Amino acid sequence: MRNHVGTTIGRDQRMIQPGQTQSKRRGSGFSWRGTLAGIVTPVVAVAASLLIGSLVIAMLKVNPLVAYSYLFSGAVGNLGQLTGTITNAIPLIFAGLAVTVAFRGSIFNIGGEGQLYMGALFAILAGTMLKLPPGIHLLVALAAGAVGGLLWALIPGYLNARRGLNEVIVTILMNYIAQWFISYLVHGPIREAGWNPQSRMVAATARLPILIHGTSLHVGIILALIAAVLMHILLTRTGLGFAIRMVGSNREASRYAGINSARVVILTMCVSGALAGLAGASEMLGTRYRLLEGFSPGYGFDAIAVAMVGRTTALGTVLGALFFGALRSGATVMQSGTGLPVVAVYFIQGLIILFMIAGSSVNFFKNLAPKKEVTADDKSAKSTAVS
Amino acid sequence: MTSLLKVLLSVDFGYASIRMASPLILAALGGIFSERAGVLSLGLEGMMLSGALAGFLGSFYSGSPWVGVVYAGLAGGAVAVIYAAACITFKANQVVAAVGLNILAQGITGLVFRGAFGITQDLHQAPAFQPVAIPVLSKIPVLGPMLFNHELLVYAAFLLLPVVVFVLYRTTWGLKLRSVGENPLAADTVGVNVTRMRYTGVVISGILAGIAGSLLSIAFINTFIENITAGRGFVAFAAVIFGKWTPIGVFLSALLFGAADALQLRIQALGLPIPYQLMLLFPYLLALIALVFSGRSQSPASLGSPYDKSGRS
Repeated sequence: MRNHVGTTIGRDQRMIQPGQTQSKRRGSGFSWRGTLAGIVTPVVAVAASLLIGSLVIAMLKVNPLVAYSYLFSGAVGNLGQLTGTITNAIPLIFAGLAVTVAFRGSIFNIGGEGQLYMGALFAILAGTMLKLPPGIHLLVALAAGAVGGLLWALIPGYLNARRGLNEVIVTILMNYIAQWFISYLVHGPIREAGWNPQSRMVAATARLPILIHGTSLHVGIILALIAAVLMHILLTRTGLGFAIRMVGSNREASRYAGINSARVVILTMCVSGALAGLAGASEMLGTRYRLLEGFSPGYGFDAIAVAMVGRTTALGTVLGALFFGALRSGATVMQSGTGLPVVAVYFIQGLIILFMIAGSSVNFFKNLAPKKEVTADDKSAKSTAVS
Repeated sequence: MTSLLKVLLSVDFGYASIRMASPLILAALGGIFSERAGVLSLGLEGMMLSGALAGFLGSFYSGSPWVGVVYAGLAGGAVAVIYAAACITFKANQVVAAVGLNILAQGITGLVFRGAFGITQDLHQAPAFQPVAIPVLSKIPVLGPMLFNHELLVYAAFLLLPVVVFVLYRTTWGLKLRSVGENPLAADTVGVNVTRMRYTGVVISGILAGIAGSLLSIAFINTFIENITAGRGFVAFAAVIFGKWTPIGVFLSALLFGAADALQLRIQALGLPIPYQLMLLFPYLLALIALVFSGRSQSPASLGSPYDKSGRS
C-alpha cells in the first residue's frame, strides 16, 4: 500500500497500535489477556531502559541507585514535586493525544513541537491583547491556542492528502520554522519593553486558575483529562473515529469503501494540531504566562514517546504523560544532586521507544493472547500489501 | 536588495556554499543507499550526531583528525546497525524507529560528552582538518578560492558523487540493492539476500552520515556542542526526496540546501538588516518549498515496508 512519497504503511507493520498485535478486540469483546499483554510490554520496556540507563550511569562513575533515588524523590518526593510532575504532564497529555490520534490514522505527526509553539503564540496574543471578562477571556485564549496549532498542522495535512507529500519530513521542517519564527517574534514585534526577549504577561482574566494553593498545579490537568476522555469517545464511538482508524489501517481500501480519505487525513491532522496547540496554550496560560524562545523542553518530541508507551490509547497516553512528566521533573533534581545532565532522560526515552518497538514485534505474549483468527479484513490487507 | 545580490555573487558565498553543502552531500548520498534498498533514511540525524561526537573524541584523544574520521564512520555505522535491526529484523515501523533512534542519539551524545568533559562551559578543542589548497587549480581567479581551497573531506564529498553513480548503476551489487528496494520478493526469488542487502545499505548510509557529522565537529568548528547537527540530518533526508532518489538529483538538492545555509551565514556576518532568526529558518523554509514544488515523485516501490518471506508484506 503506497500512500505517499516516503512512507509505506502496511498493516503488518503497525505493530504498536493496540488491539492489532495481541488480540482481536472486536467480536470477542474485552480480552483480559490482551490487556495484560498491553500493560506488560510498556512495563518491561521501561524497566529494561532504566536498567541499561543504570549501566551507562555507572560507567560515568555515578552510583545508579543514588541517581535514581534523586530521580524518584525529585519526581514524587513531596507535595511540591508531585504537583510539579503533574503540571509537567499537562502539555504532555495534550501533545501525546495529538500524536495518538494521528498515529491511529497512520499519520506521523512529528510536528507536535512546532504546533505547540504556534498554539502558544496564538494563546499569548489572545491573552495579552484582548480585554474580555474573566472566564470568557480564558476560553477565547484556549481556543486561539487550539486554532494556532490546527493551522500549523493543516499545512502538512493538506500537503499529504492532496499532494502526496511525506508528512514526516514536512512536519520536521515546520518545527524548525516555527521555533525560529517565535524566536524572531519575541526578539522583535511582540517583545515586551525591557531587558529580556519575551512577550508581555498574560492578563489575569486569561490565566488557568491554580488548583492547589501554593503549588504550580493548575486547572489545565482537568482540561487535559477531559480531552483524553473525549479522545477515547472520538476514536471508539464516533463515525469520524471509525473513519480515522479505517484510513489508518488501509487508505486505499477505505477509499473503495466510500470514505473520502483525503478529507479524513486533513481532519485528523486538524484534531492533532489543535491538541498540540492546546499543549502550548496550557503551558502559556497555566504555567509561564509569557512567551519565551525555546520555552518547550521538547514536549512535542516527548509526546511521541508518551504515545508509544501508552500504546496509542487515550488512557495509556495519560499514564505515559505522567511517567515522562515525572522523569522530567526528577531529572532536574538528579542533575543538581549527581551532576548527570538532563539529556540522560533523552537516552532513557529513546531506549524506551526502541524497546516498545522490539517488544511489540517479538511479541513475547503471543501465547497469552487468544488465537488469532484470519478475518476478511486481514485477507484484504494482505492482498493490498503485496501489490 | 543590491547588497543581497552582492552576497550572492561573492566568492565568499560560493566558498561557504560548498563548505556547508559537503556534510549534506555526504549524508544525503549515503541516504540513497538506505532508501534505494527500501529503508527510510530518517535516522540520518541520529547517525550524523553520533558521528560528530565520535569524530571529535577520536581526534581529541588521538591527536589526529583522521582517527576521528574513522571513529565517526564506525559510530555512524554502529548506530545504523541498531536502526537496521529495528527496521529489518524486528520489522518495526521505520518512522517510529527513526524517531526513537534520533532521541537516543541525542541522549547518548549528550551523556558521553558530559561524561568525558564534565559540566563546564569550557570550550574543548580537538585537532581539526585544515584547508588544503590544490596546486595550480587554486590559483584560478574566482573559481580557485571558491572550489579548490577546502578541507580534504569536502573534496571527498564531491568525489563521492561519481562513485555512487558508478556503484548504483554500473555494478551488479548496485542492481541488487535497487531491486531489493523495488521488489524484494522478485529479488529474493532470483537469489538475492534481501536482509543482507538492506543491512548493507543502511550501514553504508550510517558510515557516510557519521563522517558527515565529523565534518561539522572537526573540520568546521573544531569542537562538539550538544545537538551540533541541528536538523541537518533531516535536511539531508529532504534532499534525498527532493532529488528524487537519483545521485545527481540528490547531490544538487544538497548543494542547494547548503547554499541556503551559507546565505544565512553570510547575511548574518555582513550585518544586513534582516533579523537573524528569519535567516536561520530560511534553509528549512527553502527545503519545504522545494518539496512542495517538486510534485509527486516515484519513490522506491517497497520503501518503508519490511520484507517478510512468507509474503505477508
